[in-house]
Amino acid sequence: MNASLALIVVMAVMYAAGVYVLLERSLTRVLIGFMLIGNATNLLILIMSGRAGAPPIITDGVDPQDFTDPMPQALILTAIVINFGVTAFVLALIYRSWWLARLGDQGDTVVLEHEEDAGLAQEVFSEASEDDDALHEALDASEAYVDESMEAEPAPEPGGER
Amino acid sequence: MHVLIPLMVLIPLLGAATALVSSRSHRLQVAISTSALSMTTVVAALLVWRSDAQGASVVYVGNWAAPWGITLWVDRFSAMMLLVSSVVLLGVLVYAVGQGIADGNRETPVTIFHPTYLMLAAGLFVAFTTGDLFNLYVGFELLLGASYVLLTLGGTGARIRAGVTYIVISLVSSVFFLAAIAMIYGATGTVNMAQVAQRIGDLPADTALLLHVMLLLGFAIKAALFPMSFWLPDSYPTAPAPVTAVFAGLLTKVGVYAIVRTETLLFPTSGPGGDLRTPMMWVALATLVIGILGATVQADIKRLLSFTLVSHIGYMIFGISLGSRLGLNATVYYVIHHITVQTTLFLAVGLIERVGGTTSMSKLSGLLKRAPIVAVLFFIPALNLGGIPPFSGFLGKAGLLVAGADEGGWVVWVVIAGAVATSLLTLYALMRVWNMAFWRSDEELEQGYSSRYINTLVENPDAAQSVQVKEPTPRLMVSATAGMVAVTLALTIFAGNLFAFGDRTAAEISDRDGVIAQVLPDQVSHG
Repeated sequence: MNASLALIVVMAVMYAAGVYVLLERSLTRVLIGFMLIGNATNLLILIMSGRAGAPPIITDGVDPQDFTDPMPQALILTAIVINFGVTAFVLALIYRSWWLARLGDQGDTVVLEHEEDAGLAQEVFSEASEDDDALHEALDASEAYVDESMEAEPAPEPGGER
Repeated sequence: MHVLIPLMVLIPLLGAATALVSSRSHRLQVAISTSALSMTTVVAALLVWRSDAQGASVVYVGNWAAPWGITLWVDRFSAMMLLVSSVVLLGVLVYAVGQGIADGNRETPVTIFHPTYLMLAAGLFVAFTTGDLFNLYVGFELLLGASYVLLTLGGTGARIRAGVTYIVISLVSSVFFLAAIAMIYGATGTVNMAQVAQRIGDLPADTALLLHVMLLLGFAIKAALFPMSFWLPDSYPTAPAPVTAVFAGLLTKVGVYAIVRTETLLFPTSGPGGDLRTPMMWVALATLVIGILGATVQADIKRLLSFTLVSHIGYMIFGISLGSRLGLNATVYYVIHHITVQTTLFLAVGLIERVGGTTSMSKLSGLLKRAPIVAVLFFIPALNLGGIPPFSGFLGKAGLLVAGADEGGWVVWVVIAGAVATSLLTLYALMRVWNMAFWRSDEELEQGYSSRYINTLVENPDAAQSVQVKEPTPRLMVSATAGMVAVTLALTIFAGNLFAFGDRTAAEISDRDGVIAQVLPDQVSHG
């Protein structure tokens, strides 16, 4: 069986980086690690189809021996869909655990008292959005700094205005 | 009749979809999920009857012949697993409905519970009916995806923490499994299990050994075998009682089922995949002994049962690693016994939690007087799991030990000794629960009961400052548990028939050429 060396190297690097990031404490990094490892495995499946060849469609004058193996691609497609679903769920889990970390001990009792819940939620949200605003201001400031130092570009990027 | 096999998967999937759409009406959801699981139980019973009378049945999905399309293949072993899991799923569903009605649906958001539960069922049934390695992976992912949602139901802090452990571990095991499938495809050019079995004989010994170990690693994490078992007692007990019960009964057994298929069909001892029976014996011994030692020091009954669950997986691995017809026969019986008994015990603990307000042994007392029915419902499966004759636990363990003695060899005798000790320690751990929670009077607890045993116990870290909340026990929960106890007793009464069935099953799954001839009728001449 022939395989592309470049693909094998990329797969190995993705596995290595994925395992490294997966072992971190932060959930977001665990997720990134999982995505790297999952895609490295998809590459592994692709490598197992051997060298690349003609599209696997029966055409006159093309020897079936020259076809690329379509089966691993079908497997990869399924694996990608599954990984996508799991990633979406883990993202929801990360959001929920961030939320609980914000609320501390009150996190578990939120569901029971709706009145307090609404107030508390508002508080946490405003805190979070304040953080976001501060972050955006910092980013805008740095962009402005870059713009000033360049001085050659008079028009700001459309994404910069809000 | 072949239409029955796809029905096993279609009914729960359609049920999940309709239950999701009808999320406004709780009654309708209950009706949909109970009728879906009742239907699968009937279909599974028909499949058991059919596979026993007429041999295994094969369905080529979309009418694509075996090596190209997906093959669904149900023999006696698959059919029996389908039947047992349908019955258990139905019993637990009734229990969950009872609990949901009593709680006013506070703890379990029912709109999600019913569709997810049916998805879990569909995933299980896919895994048990498939004759295709990649489809087995899809089945695993279906049931794991559903189990992630069920485990983190409600999204409380403790459940999210437990869920993260469980999810990350499951993802790693899935990656192992998928990588193993990729390499098997690279080596043999197929993912059809029968065709893999056919071609594995031509592989060089080292390649086959690598593939064998990769597959076993993925399954061993799912089945919670010894070095890979520490995630289980940390993640299962925090879920709601019915969810824990279903996980304990069924999820690890899917791993065991896959290991049985790997060892009998894909990589038999005679093939080039290497003889891993002796290492598996040691793994079985370690799983048995270390698991049960963990159980003896737990204060929380749910955690204690999770440790006995891990420990008893060792019995099944022991039976598989014997590899003989007797060993496989006893394994089949033990799997059936363990699924039902472990689930029933968790359901009984759910009742204890409602009557006593906690599952910590150091805070429970006097339950025998307060709730005699719950006491009976706990006592019978507890004796059963501990291996007291005449219950099915005794029969299953005796079957395994006889099969071991038949095989001989010092390693086997060491494992037999470990298995007997584990059985006794299981009884010890469960009778401690009985003594503390049921037999100890309330006065003893109030007067500051203390013993050397109580002082050595490890409390559940998550339930450290939880308040005792006693809740009424609805009749439906009690009757569902009673029904499950009746099923475990039926396993004792019909043990003769089941062992005879197990013998035919063992003969069938060991006959690789027969399996290959069934799935690939046109290709036998190649092999």
